Amino acid sequence: MSPQPVETLKGFGVTFKQIFKKPITQQYPEYKRPVYPRFRGRHRLWRHENGLEKCVGCSLCAAACPSDCIRVVAAENTPDNRVSAGERYARIYEINMSRCIFCGYCELACPFDAITLGNEFEISEHNRDDQIYTKDMLLAPPMKQVPVADPDLYDTPIPFYKSHS
Amino acid sequence: MIAAATSIPSEPWWIALIEAIVVVNVILLLFAYLTLVERKLMGRMQLRYGPNRAGPYGLLQPIADLVKLIRKEAFAPAAAIDLPYILAPVVSAFTAIAAFSFIPWGPGWTVNGWHINGAVANVSIGLIAIFALGSVGVYGFIVGGWASESKFSILGSMRTCAQLVSYEVSLALSVLGVVILGRSLNLPEIVARQGSFLPYAAPEFVGLLVFFIGGIAETSRAPFDLPEAEQELVAGYHTEYSGMRWGLFQMSEYINMITLSGLMVTLFFAGWHGPWDLGPIWFLLKTCGVLFAFIWLRTTLPRLRYDQLMRFGWKILLPVATVNAVVTAALVVAFG
Repeated sequence: MSPQPVETLKGFGVTFKQIFKKPITQQYPEYKRPVYPRFRGRHRLWRHENGLEKCVGCSLCAAACPSDCIRVVAAENTPDNRVSAGERYARIYEINMSRCIFCGYCELACPFDAITLGNEFEISEHNRDDQIYTKDMLLAPPMKQVPVADPDLYDTPIPFYKSHS
Repeated sequence: MIAAATSIPSEPWWIALIEAIVVVNVILLLFAYLTLVERKLMGRMQLRYGPNRAGPYGLLQPIADLVKLIRKEAFAPAAAIDLPYILAPVVSAFTAIAAFSFIPWGPGWTVNGWHINGAVANVSIGLIAIFALGSVGVYGFIVGGWASESKFSILGSMRTCAQLVSYEVSLALSVLGVVILGRSLNLPEIVARQGSFLPYAAPEFVGLLVFFIGGIAETSRAPFDLPEAEQELVAGYHTEYSGMRWGLFQMSEYINMITLSGLMVTLFFAGWHGPWDLGPIWFLLKTCGVLFAFIWLRTTLPRLRYDQLMRFGWKILLPVATVNAVVTAALVVAFG
C-alpha cells in the first residue's frame, strides 16, 4: 500500500468537521428509545377472559428452554380448586431471569399461548434471588410500561410478522 | 542549580520551591483535564458526547476517575519482584513531572526586588536534561514489564523499549537544527532568540515535522500506540498493573505528552512570545493547540503495524532528521 497523503489530509478534514455536528447518541435514562414490536423482553403469563390461567403445566417450555431457567411443577385441577382451563395447572412456575437468554423458545413451544415475551427490558436487580420470577409476578401486568414503536416503522420481508407481532 | 551560567539570573531557593509546587500542581491539573478534554473531543469527532454524567458537562469526571483508581485494589502477581515492580511506575511518573521543570513558560519577572525565573530550573543544558530524563523514564516501562514476571508484560516492555529507543534518535536529531540556529542548549535563550527573529517553525519546518512525529511515537500515542494498542491487546508493559500503579503509568504518558507539547512550543513556536505581551498565557494557548493536534491525530489515523513502525522510524524519519540537521548546519555556516 503506497502512502496516500491527499486522502490522509482529507481524513483530518472529516474528523474536524464532525466536531461541529450534533452527536447522534441517545441519552438513555432521559430518553428511552421505543422497542420494536417483536422485541423479546420480560416474560408474561396470560389468563383466559374468564380468569382461568392459560398454562396447563405441561412443562414444554421448560423442555424447550436452552438455558434451563424455567421450573414448572404441575398439580391436578379439582372441581373446588379450578385454576386453569385444562386438566392440570402449574402449581409452581418460576423463571430465573439471570439465566434466561430471551430466545423466545418457550413462547414457541407453548401449545396454549400461555407464555409470551413482553417488552420490558429494565429488569436488573441488586440481588440474584430477586431475579427469580414467580408465577404471581409473571401473571401480573408489568410495573413499567415500555413504549413500543409503530410496527409500520419496522420493515420486515415476511408479511406474517407484520400482523403477528 | 546545575552549572549556572553567568547570563542566567539566579533566584533564592525558596522561590524555586514555591514555583516547583505551583508548576507540579498545574501540570497535574492539566493532566487530569487533558484526559477529559481528550475523551470529550474524541467523542465529538465520532459523533458521541463523551463523558457527561459526573457533574455539569462531565467536569468532575477526572476526579471520579482518580477516586476510582485510588480505591481500586492494587493487585500484584505473586511472582512479581516487589521493589522494582512498585518503583517502576513511580520512576516513570517522577521523570515525567521533573522533565517539565526545564520548560520556560515566561520571560521572568521581578517582584519586590526578588527575581522570579520563567522556568522552575533554568539550566544551561535544559534541552539535554529533558532528553536525559525522558530516557530515564523509559526504564520505568522496561523494569515495570520485567518485574511483573509475566510473558505478556515482558514482551510488551520489549516492544515499548524498541519503539522508544528507535524514535528517540530521530527526536534528538530533529532538534539539532534548532540548537544550531539558536546557538544554545538553554531553553529560555532559544525562546528569546525566536522572539527577536521569527519562530523556528518557519526555517526548521522539516525539523518540526520530524519532532512532532517522533514525539507522538515517544509518548506512544496513536497512530504509534503499539505499546498499549488498546483495541488489539490487553495492554503492554503494564498488563499486570492495576489501580493507582497503573494510573501512574498512564499519568506519566499524559504528562510526557504535555512536556513534549511544551518543548515543541518552546523550540519551534517561540514559547511565550506573541502579538500581544501575554507571557505565560501564550505559552499555555500554544501548548493546548499542540495537544489538540495530538488528539486530532489519534481520532484520524489508524494504528501502524510493527514492521511499518520500525521501517518508518529507521528508514524515513532518521535519514530525514539527519539531512535536516546537516543542511541547517551548512546553511548557518554559509550565511550567518
